[in-house]
Amino acid sequence: MALLEIKDLHAKVGDREILQGINLTVNAGEVHAIMGPNGSGKSTLAQVLAGRDIYVVTGGSVTYDGKDLLAMAPEDRAREGIFLAFQYPVEIPGVSNMYFLKAALNTIRQHRGIDELDAMDFLNVVRDKMQIMKMDQTLLNRPVNAGFSGGEKKRNEIFQMAVLEPRLAVLDETDSGLDIDALRVVAAGVNAMRDPERAMIVVTHYQRLLSEIVPDFVHVLAEGRIVKSGGKELALELEAEGYADLYEEPEAVGKV
Amino acid sequence: MSAVAEQTGAWLEHFTNQPPAPAWLQTLRDAAFARFAALGFPNTHNEEWRFTNVSAIARTAFTPSAPDALLVYPESVKKLAPAEAEAHLARHAAFDRNAFVALNTAFLGNVTVLEIPRGVVVEQPIEITYEVPELPVAQALLPAVSRLVSTPVRERDTESKASVGRSADAAGTSACATVTHPRILILVGANAQCTIVETYKGTGTYFTNAVTEIVVGDRAVVDHYKVQQETVNAFHIATLEATIGRSAAFASHSISLGGALVRNDVNATLSEGSDATLNGLYIVNGTQHVDNHTMIDHTMPHGTSHELYKGILDGKAHAVFNGKIIVRKDAQKTDSKQTNKNLVLSDDAVVDTKPELQIFADDVRCTHGATIGQLDGEALFYLQSRGIGKSQARSLLTYAFAQDVVDRIKVQSLRDSLERILFEKFHEHAE
Repeated sequence: MALLEIKDLHAKVGDREILQGINLTVNAGEVHAIMGPNGSGKSTLAQVLAGRDIYVVTGGSVTYDGKDLLAMAPEDRAREGIFLAFQYPVEIPGVSNMYFLKAALNTIRQHRGIDELDAMDFLNVVRDKMQIMKMDQTLLNRPVNAGFSGGEKKRNEIFQMAVLEPRLAVLDETDSGLDIDALRVVAAGVNAMRDPERAMIVVTHYQRLLSEIVPDFVHVLAEGRIVKSGGKELALELEAEGYADLYEEPEAVGKV
Repeated sequence: MSAVAEQTGAWLEHFTNQPPAPAWLQTLRDAAFARFAALGFPNTHNEEWRFTNVSAIARTAFTPSAPDALLVYPESVKKLAPAEAEAHLARHAAFDRNAFVALNTAFLGNVTVLEIPRGVVVEQPIEITYEVPELPVAQALLPAVSRLVSTPVRERDTESKASVGRSADAAGTSACATVTHPRILILVGANAQCTIVETYKGTGTYFTNAVTEIVVGDRAVVDHYKVQQETVNAFHIATLEATIGRSAAFASHSISLGGALVRNDVNATLSEGSDATLNGLYIVNGTQHVDNHTMIDHTMPHGTSHELYKGILDGKAHAVFNGKIIVRKDAQKTDSKQTNKNLVLSDDAVVDTKPELQIFADDVRCTHGATIGQLDGEALFYLQSRGIGKSQARSLLTYAFAQDVVDRIKVQSLRDSLERILFEKFHEHAE
């Protein structure tokens, strides 16, 4: 059974229909890249999977681990093992990173029937993971993302993912705004998480991330639909030829 | 005039029944009562009281009760008799325009007067606590029905509290609600430093009408905290008046949690190079009404003032913020910043916020801003997307909203207890 099965998914924000029939199957252990130009619906797909309520699903279904994902509250999706690395991580002044992450981890552990961690054990868990992400430990005591640089925010997302150990990670433009050194750190963090039990959906605009995080499958999203799927070489093709040719092709077919 | 006379009649009786005072004090009381009788209780046509209707206070017959201050202060602080402070008492908190200050002054008796001598640094906070005691059950305010029905005392007591809790107006029918007029005067000598924590709490239905005057000497540093934890049936009207000396720094932190009807006036008058910080946090729920009026008067050059008031509203609560900043013509190079932020958790809560800038100097910097908002949906989603339940996420964000005001509290024990109160409050809300 597939870990995630998206069938003919339609979603809109306000009056604008953004997803216009997405079909995608993701098995445990696979890494899928979703590429496409701005406005094609990549981020919408990521947010819909995590349960953001500003997007209204108007049709189709999403089955996660045999369950109806769309019927679940965002927090329940997270507890069931879905993680979204945000394109724009939200700043939350007044809540410390440490308090936030410990609360999150313990809620998820509780859901999985594992003992909650006390402050000491929690620190031991996060210390190693911070090192992998080359993050300063003082970041733990700072408010969530507040005053973080762009790179720090993105690293913080992957760090959270490493601590929460999801079964399905959705990475939304995790590469945007990163210089090549930061990109490599983030990619190393993600690669360390690759596991036969875990699936990843990597949403990106550029190929460059995909030379660091090598996907098993690449899909091209255009105007709310997957217009082309292939192996990792598709990303290189896109890099060389751009999106224009690719998504005009099915457009043309559709008009005939 | 007759309406005013009607309101003030009962007060006149209590006023004349006071034990005799020394001549200087009697003169002061007489002048204050005359002023109160002339002003009467303010109504909502009075711009200063536009959003705060005190008619429930005006029509209630209160029984006067002497304020009972619990004082904790180190030896370096001197406690004075009121007569020793005649030169300052009622000279800072003017009673010519404010009926409640006039009323307090008319009943001036148990004044707490403290002096921090010149150059003395008092490290331990000076604590002044007013707690209105529970009335004996026989006297306690009971609704007519429960007075007729014979039920065990404990139950009757609970029932009366519950029924009074429904509305502030319930107090209007009471014949035995008490009124106290707490009065504090603190004289801080030049180059001295101190921290003052005023706490107001009580049991049952009552009216606290407090006035605090603080005289901050030149180059002195004073941190003032007021924690208002009255019952949800209480009326609390208070004025804090600070006169700040040259190059002195005064900070007021006003934490307002309880009360059915609350009005806090905080007024600071600055001189040359003075610094005033006015922070406030108000948390209201149910039908609570809280009105924070602040006035910062820059009279001389190079003064700075920073003001941050934050409010959290739920239920049908109503909050008023009015921040007046005066920059007089001599007060060049004034630097003043005012911020009022409100977090509204329900559809029925109401906020009225108004900055009031009167600037007569031309080389100044004054900024102000006010916001009224709800919890940030994006932040809520971010927390939820990490597995944190919606209600816990809401309480976490609400708590976080208050955090920067709480962080500015320098008294560790106070900060801890406030954090605990906030945590319980919002945890409760989340359940």
